[in-house]
Amino acid sequence: MSTHAPHAPDSARLVALPSTLDDAVAALAEIPAAVPVAGGTDLMASVNAGLLRPAALVGLGRLAELRGWAYQDGHALLGACLTHARMSRPDFAALIPALAAASRAAGPPQVRNAGTLGGNIITAAPSGDTLPVLAALDATLLVAGPDGDGRQIPVGNLLAGRDRLRPGELVAHVRVPLLHAPQTYLRATARTGPARATASVAVVLDPMHREVRCAVGAVAPMPLRPLDAERWVASLVDWDGERGLTPEALDAFGTYVGMACIPDPEPPADGGETPQLSPALLHLRRTVAALARRGLGRALR
Amino acid sequence: MTDRAADTAAAITVTPALATPPVERPADAPAHGLGTSLPPADAQAKALGTYPYTADLWAEGLLWAAVLRSPHPHARIRRIDTAQAAAMPGVRAVVTHEDATGPGGLGRAVPDRPAFASEVVRYHGEPVAAVAADHPETARLAAAAIVVEYEVQDAVTDPEKSFEAPPLHPDGNLVRHIPLRHGDPAVTGEVVVEGLYRVGRQDPAPVGVESGLAVPRPDGGVELYIASTDPHTDRDRLAACLGLAAEQVKICVTGVPGALGDREDLGFQLPLALLAVRTGSPVKLAATREESFLGHAHRHPTLLRYWHHADREGKLVKVEAQLLMDAGAYADDSAEVLAAAVSFAAGPYVVPNAVIDGWAVRTNNPPSGYLRGEGALQVCAAYEGQMDKLAARLGVDPAELRARNVMATGDTLPTGQAVTCPAPVAELLAAVREAPMPALPKDGPVEDWLLPGGPDGAGDPGAVRRGVGYALGMVHMLGAEGTDEVATATVKVEGTVATVLCAAVETGQGFATLARQIVQDVLGIDEVHVAPVDTDLPPAGPGGHGRHTWVSGGAVERAAKMVRTQLLQPLAATFGMSAELLSITDGKITSYDGVLSTTVAEALEGKELWATAQCRPHPTEPLDGAGQGDAFVGLAFAAVRAVVDVDVELGAVRVVEMAIAQDVGRVLNPRQLRARIEAGVVQGVGAALTEHLRVVRGVVRRPDLAGYPLPTALDAPDVRIVALLEERDVVAPFGAKAASAVPLVVSPAAVAAAVRAATGRPVNRLPIRPQSAVGGA
Repeated sequence: MSTHAPHAPDSARLVALPSTLDDAVAALAEIPAAVPVAGGTDLMASVNAGLLRPAALVGLGRLAELRGWAYQDGHALLGACLTHARMSRPDFAALIPALAAASRAAGPPQVRNAGTLGGNIITAAPSGDTLPVLAALDATLLVAGPDGDGRQIPVGNLLAGRDRLRPGELVAHVRVPLLHAPQTYLRATARTGPARATASVAVVLDPMHREVRCAVGAVAPMPLRPLDAERWVASLVDWDGERGLTPEALDAFGTYVGMACIPDPEPPADGGETPQLSPALLHLRRTVAALARRGLGRALR
Repeated sequence: MTDRAADTAAAITVTPALATPPVERPADAPAHGLGTSLPPADAQAKALGTYPYTADLWAEGLLWAAVLRSPHPHARIRRIDTAQAAAMPGVRAVVTHEDATGPGGLGRAVPDRPAFASEVVRYHGEPVAAVAADHPETARLAAAAIVVEYEVQDAVTDPEKSFEAPPLHPDGNLVRHIPLRHGDPAVTGEVVVEGLYRVGRQDPAPVGVESGLAVPRPDGGVELYIASTDPHTDRDRLAACLGLAAEQVKICVTGVPGALGDREDLGFQLPLALLAVRTGSPVKLAATREESFLGHAHRHPTLLRYWHHADREGKLVKVEAQLLMDAGAYADDSAEVLAAAVSFAAGPYVVPNAVIDGWAVRTNNPPSGYLRGEGALQVCAAYEGQMDKLAARLGVDPAELRARNVMATGDTLPTGQAVTCPAPVAELLAAVREAPMPALPKDGPVEDWLLPGGPDGAGDPGAVRRGVGYALGMVHMLGAEGTDEVATATVKVEGTVATVLCAAVETGQGFATLARQIVQDVLGIDEVHVAPVDTDLPPAGPGGHGRHTWVSGGAVERAAKMVRTQLLQPLAATFGMSAELLSITDGKITSYDGVLSTTVAEALEGKELWATAQCRPHPTEPLDGAGQGDAFVGLAFAAVRAVVDVDVELGAVRVVEMAIAQDVGRVLNPRQLRARIEAGVVQGVGAALTEHLRVVRGVVRRPDLAGYPLPTALDAPDVRIVALLEERDVVAPFGAKAASAVPLVVSPAAVAAAVRAATGRPVNRLPIRPQSAVGGA
């Protein structure tokens, strides 16, 4: 008996490690069953848990062109392989503050160092930290595919399942507007240390269009946009002067967002007694309301 | 007092002129003997990652095992078809209940659990079959290919319904009922407060999950390399299930990666042993975190209803309580856990009259068993909630109300047992009350504020309230109710090296370090090794309750003293003086006057000296029909003051500081003691805020470390140890008390009290849910 570790089994899987986006798309086209992997913080956990058994992997770790960002017509083109750690840095935070805040919140340092923006979108976990920010920013995914030109998918459409990635397609970039205005991302968790959000709220100001945009994460399978609340509160803001709102208005906004995202149950059609929300859901609604109120308050401060 | 110190003192009185000053060790000398912070021998290897744990073991030609577990909390098994699994290439054996032919069962205190489920499964995760194959993936796939036809039954998951439910087990649903009656049950107080409390299902969640290697022996037996914390009981249970003699099963304890109670699930050890015997090959089994959560025993979820009667001054008159503990499907240690809960149901307070009923009942929920602080933790959360409620009713400061009721040595427990050991409860409470308060966040720069919700979190200073809460608690030491406590140890000296052989398992509690310190103290030898533990050594009992410090440490001390006598007696005869006048320091033997001296090596003359000794503390007695009896050898106490910050809109709680004063008897290794106290407090914070294994209709939800949030470094509070009261317990070999469990027992109650103070909410449920911590006092 000894303590040396076993060798890797002979059934090693097929792995491609392309160094350009074109090669990556070609590799995916060649092996349609292949799964792209960037940071692997979600994918490999599923593999280890026996939930996923990819036939082959296309590693995106060498795609330098997807690890940075570029500017285009008042927008930023974010590479899908940007890590959370990179997005947490001050230079990025000056561009898109809410995305930087969401990246800082996403898991412990080990996960932030490896996990990527594209991975967070594709995993599409309800608690995914960047998703409400992308939803609030109305981000668009630029998808590379075997047909050459690629296509664009609004992030909400992908998360809602209205538009899906086709075989051989790869999320290459994420286009987000540069709004030059305060943004916030706040979340509630079960503990002080790194944990999945139980509720999260992103608030984004768009002074150019005189809009307030808000998205609520973790309370539904995809981020929710309380559009009525957004429009209502934007009409109250004095966009040309001091942007602040009264505490009562902030409070009302929070309540509006909470009610919109976790509505009261519909009364039954037969006129019976309206079912009550469970205490846990009522607490979740209060949490969303508090986060929305605080998030907007900080953005307007 | 050590022998060496006694010798020095004697020398000074007899011949002052010739007396040598006591030997002072230089300040930079390595730690030596009791009372110093001797580091553990394996610390470096563990820090560097070179220490071999069971998961690292490897043998030529080993097979991998996988266990098939029940997906249902309660079902009849109609049929098990293993043909398809057995036919898979690479599969070497598939075993079910038909292969475990021994007459015995599994389960630590009560072997009431089958080796594999045969006709019925009684909890989600109960082992049904196991596979050995040449690759771990093959083994897992083959286990999944075993066809089991279940007929799903209604699961009994509410302990209150267990009394009326059809029996889940041939032994019936009631594991134990203790109706404790003390004093006059009819008396009533001027003030009565009532409360209902719930404590959740904490998991030990050890750092390293279960894994092990089994190697078949030529005689048909098997050797297991596993991280057992009670190797002899495990061996006996396994042998009985396998139909082997106890000598044919040997357990070699390999590095324990964290243990907080009975570490290993027997349902994991048995398939390992059985498959090795069946295949004739070494077999390795490494559990996943999910299997670990499903398999091993948890803390008993408990429902507690209390009525505290007091007079106008706040002096307790009577405590009435009903405790209902969820034992899971099998009895395990539930009877002992219930005894601890009932005995300590009133806490470390003077309670002249008590009516306490405790029940432990079977359900189809995950198994419950021994996890340190068992029973005592649940009742502490409840009786301290009652004390806060009583204080609020009377308008008295909660700490002051406690101070009016604390017990002291000579008082009586509700079990009728007089507290004969030191019980400095009043001093402990005073120490935490007097400790300075931690600074408020506003006193520091705003960037340094760590608000509830964490750094960069949603915390809003305007919504944060600070709360301060107090709690007192106690645990018992050693086994209770007549458990035969005995340990045997051997000490061997050869050259300048001493070796200790004792079956007490080093689980992280520091026994191996303590054994070295004891031998250093008695024999003056620096280099002491502790031999690996296996079941060829005589038993020393399971870890926990301070057993290995008291009983195994006592045996080591006796054996070392016997070696000392053997060493010094011939020398004393040569010198013409009594052996008591010789002292040993740094491997040198010196007479009291310093005139005669020699080295240990010379005195040994190439001989090896061996001595074996036993330690057996004085016996206890079982609780009688009214819950009365001298059931405990000793008690240990602690007082905790918790300071918390609560975001009262989100219900987010951050524990800022835990100040603890503990009754430790005697400090044997200061650094180790501090580490144990800090670990206990942090585990208690986990029990207070996040640790609860969620179960829905008997099915465990999300058995992983994302679904079961443990405290992280950011959740761990500052632990301020304000006092370690050293009042030696004269009946314990070193006067030391059990130190690990009592901080864990008291901390959740203190956190709950602090959240109560911050929010004005009742906080009667552990872990504290965010919706219970919103409010605004």
